[in-house]
Amino acid sequence: MGGIPFFPEQASTHAGRIDLLFLFLLVLTIFFTALVAVGIVYFAVRYRRRHADEIPPQTTGNTRIEVGGMVGLLGLSMVAFFWGAWLFVDLQQPPANTLEIYVIAKKWMWKYEYADGQQSINDLYVPVGQPVKLTMTSQDVIHSYFVPAFRVKQDVLPGRYTTLWFEATETGTYHLFCAEYCGTNHSRMVGSVIVMEPAEYEQWLAGGSGASADGEELFTSLGCASCHQTSGQGPGPSLVGVFGETVTLQGGETIEADATYIRTSILDPTAHVVEGFEPIMPTYEGQVTEEQLLRLLNYIQSLEQ
Amino acid sequence: MVGHIVTFVQHLQAHARQLPRLGRAGSAFLLALLLVMVGTGQALAQAPEGTANANPTLTTMLGITMGVLGVGLLTAVLISFVVWATGTRNPLIPTDEEMEHSFRRYFWFSVDHKVIGIQYFWTSLFFFFIGGLMALLVRWELAQPGLTFTPDQYNQFFTMHATIMIFLFIIPMLVGAFGNYAVPLMVGTFDMAFPKLNALSYWLVPPGALIIMAGFLAESGTAKAGWTSYPPVALQGGAGQMLWLLGVFVLGWSSIVGGMNFLVTIMNMRTKGVHYFRLPLFVWAIATTAVLAVLGTPSLAAAVTLQFMNIAFGFPFFDAAKGGNPLMWQHVFWFYSHPAVYIMILPAFGIVSEIIPVFSRKPLFGYRALVYATAGIGVLSFLVWAHHMFASAMFPWLRIPFMLTTMLIAVPTGIKIFNWLGTLAFGKIRLETPMLFSLALVSMFVIGGISGVFLGSVPVDLHLHDTYFVVAHIHYVLFGGSAFAIFGGIYYWFPKMFGRMLNESLGKIHFWLSFIGFNVAFLPMHAVGALGMPRRYADYDIAFTELNLTISIGAFLLGFAQLILIYNMLRAFQVGKVAPANPWNARTLEWLTTSPPPHYNFEEPLTVDHDPYDYGRRISSPEALPVPGD
Ligand code: HEM
Ligand SMILES: [Cu+2]
Ligand SMILES: [Cu+2]
Repeated sequence: MGGIPFFPEQASTHAGRIDLLFLFLLVLTIFFTALVAVGIVYFAVRYRRRHADEIPPQTTGNTRIEVGGMVGLLGLSMVAFFWGAWLFVDLQQPPANTLEIYVIAKKWMWKYEYADGQQSINDLYVPVGQPVKLTMTSQDVIHSYFVPAFRVKQDVLPGRYTTLWFEATETGTYHLFCAEYCGTNHSRMVGSVIVMEPAEYEQWLAGGSGASADGEELFTSLGCASCHQTSGQGPGPSLVGVFGETVTLQGGETIEADATYIRTSILDPTAHVVEGFEPIMPTYEGQVTEEQLLRLLNYIQSLEQ
Repeated sequence: MVGHIVTFVQHLQAHARQLPRLGRAGSAFLLALLLVMVGTGQALAQAPEGTANANPTLTTMLGITMGVLGVGLLTAVLISFVVWATGTRNPLIPTDEEMEHSFRRYFWFSVDHKVIGIQYFWTSLFFFFIGGLMALLVRWELAQPGLTFTPDQYNQFFTMHATIMIFLFIIPMLVGAFGNYAVPLMVGTFDMAFPKLNALSYWLVPPGALIIMAGFLAESGTAKAGWTSYPPVALQGGAGQMLWLLGVFVLGWSSIVGGMNFLVTIMNMRTKGVHYFRLPLFVWAIATTAVLAVLGTPSLAAAVTLQFMNIAFGFPFFDAAKGGNPLMWQHVFWFYSHPAVYIMILPAFGIVSEIIPVFSRKPLFGYRALVYATAGIGVLSFLVWAHHMFASAMFPWLRIPFMLTTMLIAVPTGIKIFNWLGTLAFGKIRLETPMLFSLALVSMFVIGGISGVFLGSVPVDLHLHDTYFVVAHIHYVLFGGSAFAIFGGIYYWFPKMFGRMLNESLGKIHFWLSFIGFNVAFLPMHAVGALGMPRRYADYDIAFTELNLTISIGAFLLGFAQLILIYNMLRAFQVGKVAPANPWNARTLEWLTTSPPPHYNFEEPLTVDHDPYDYGRRISSPEALPVPGD
């Protein structure tokens, strides 16, 4: 449980570290608020007008105090900046061994696709003690994935992927809110994150229907497999092991093959042409749904070398 | 018959000379207004099928509304023409005599900055109450979990609340009312540099407001995408949203025109002896604000134009489904709207910087530091916009430079607080109502400013963004800051503007109820937000119940307190003490003339040989004020 009153419980590795910075700022706030309030009250009482014709000292300022105050404030704000920047850099990059889960937002629900084909709606299931990375997209407007107990939030946009990672530290059920205003039932776009023991989680996953198999099926039925042969001999590059690697494009530019790259390559193939290949791939824009895209992605990711 | 025609033509010729009396600005404005009305009707009627609310009844209805308004105006113009052509006096147009003295000048195109200031004053105050009503509807809904209104109604309430408070209360009150009334007086001149443009910037406000409010007549209601109007949600807003965009566009022009006018006035119209470092801080604040308005508002105008074209004509700009980029809106919008938050606070700081020295009988501590801090905030305010987008899909590492600039902007803000305290120290303090509100601003802004630093710190903001913590921040700066300064400004300048004193006891009751209501309403919002309650929620988890009830009680107390202000003003007109020229014994130039001032402000041109806040001088030159006693 969190140490700060009026703060949600701490249930992720992010939480304690963010709360510490929060606490630092809170102490600053209380200190300055008290300082100014006491100052005002003291001056108002101590220097209250007594006679009509007394003339108070007409000081117009004091450069030394002024500069001192400025340097002090600058110092404090830089402490806040470097602390924040350091923490941000540290928390921004997910560790290497994350568990990948795909999220589709739409008015007004959350849908999840898990690696082994399990699916769920609104409630996200994750194992405790393992970093989890969500790759998210929206079918309509902008939403935002917000789990207060984990201190994480990321907007979810249509037409692109955004990612979010966390590592839950306590089993239990936590609030999930949509934080970006998304129209009429925004306040109903809520769910839970259910954190389970790893064994329990495995068991839950096993109840799934095998959607990465779905992905493989799509890969064949949409005709991807005919060009992107695993042997690398086809007219398209082999996709084995490509996920997360650096790809060299025509013209020598390089790009990381992340979820967005794969999505773009399916919907707008000529946007990135891999070095040594012709831009002959047809676009699948309008032919695959967001769910199918995620399944394809899921499958491509599972193609290990 | 022929004779009649001849007389009529002679009549026309004889009166042609008088045409300017109707005012070219006035007629051009009427024409423009007409075009806006007809244009709106047209645009709505043509909204392509497939946009969310392009249903025929709705567009027809709006078309009709606009049409009726347009025809009404047209009739007024025609009547005016006929009356003028036939030589009878137009009852709609005040005579010159009336323009000078009668009450009617407030309802016509006056070019006197004081009349325009007062027009702004009552208009903004009216909208303060409409916006407040919306706020109370929001708090009524949130007092208990569950739904009283439909979510769609609720969404309209919070959208209109913020829109009205920002665009129709705070900005027009601070810049339009106080800026217009006080700046020419404070620089010792007889009017603004461009009096007709000045009238134009006021007369853009009512149509802008009407257009936005017309949404209440639409079948799908007003805009309901929040004051930030993020696409794609906003793109589905239909007629209400289109009206909102048009209205904001018109109001934006009012700001731009007004801003240019202030800049030229402050640069060119200062009377003899008022060099830049003798300008009162309020004038510096308005000058900086004017720069922000002139440089920032076009960005808003562009943004709303693009969104309008996106909705009405199906352009793809922000529509992800058509390959557009919804993030682009956020960048363009915040490029204006962050500077806009400083448009809403710098004049408030200016007012407080006037009031504190007067009621401490001391010069402003660190005058130059305050001037530089104001200008510094002005420059930095253009470099922080993306701190509203830390959780968006913006390039992740961009967050670091924006966190840096945001932390930096807290420094000049802190300097100001420090200097106000320095002014109080060793003073001779009188705690009259204007001073109470100013001191309240100083203390409340510490909380609002530092909560801004929480939000500027990326890791912390990723938790707090779009929760009630942000709502708390907004209100500590905008109510505890801007609105408290406005109240202080009302108590301070009301005697000058209307020649009557407001009642002090009522003022103090108003102050204490507002101060308590404000803190009961907004302090717990930090906690609800930190606990995770998102903003713009019509309903919430029962865990948040007690705090929300407390907030609602505070809000209703705060709302009630404002009735006292109105009562006090109305009472002042009936039985208020007649105000002397300089009731507070202040040294800035507006107090050198009668309350209210004559048409051209000062009986003769002023030569100024003193600084705005030198309360210590017992012997002064004939032009300067009498002995600064009290
Ligand atoms: C020390 C100075 C300030 C700092 C560091 C600061 C920082 C911030 C930050 C980082 C946000 C974004 C929060 C989020 O959406 O997650 C924000 C929001 C906001 N701030 Fe400030 N702020 C400061 C002063 C002000 C002032 C003076 C005003 C206006 C008088 C103001 C008005 C607002 C408003 C209206 C929003 C919310 C916009 C919305 O609706 O999303 N802030 N502030
Ligand atoms: Cu939402
Ligand atoms: Cu900002």
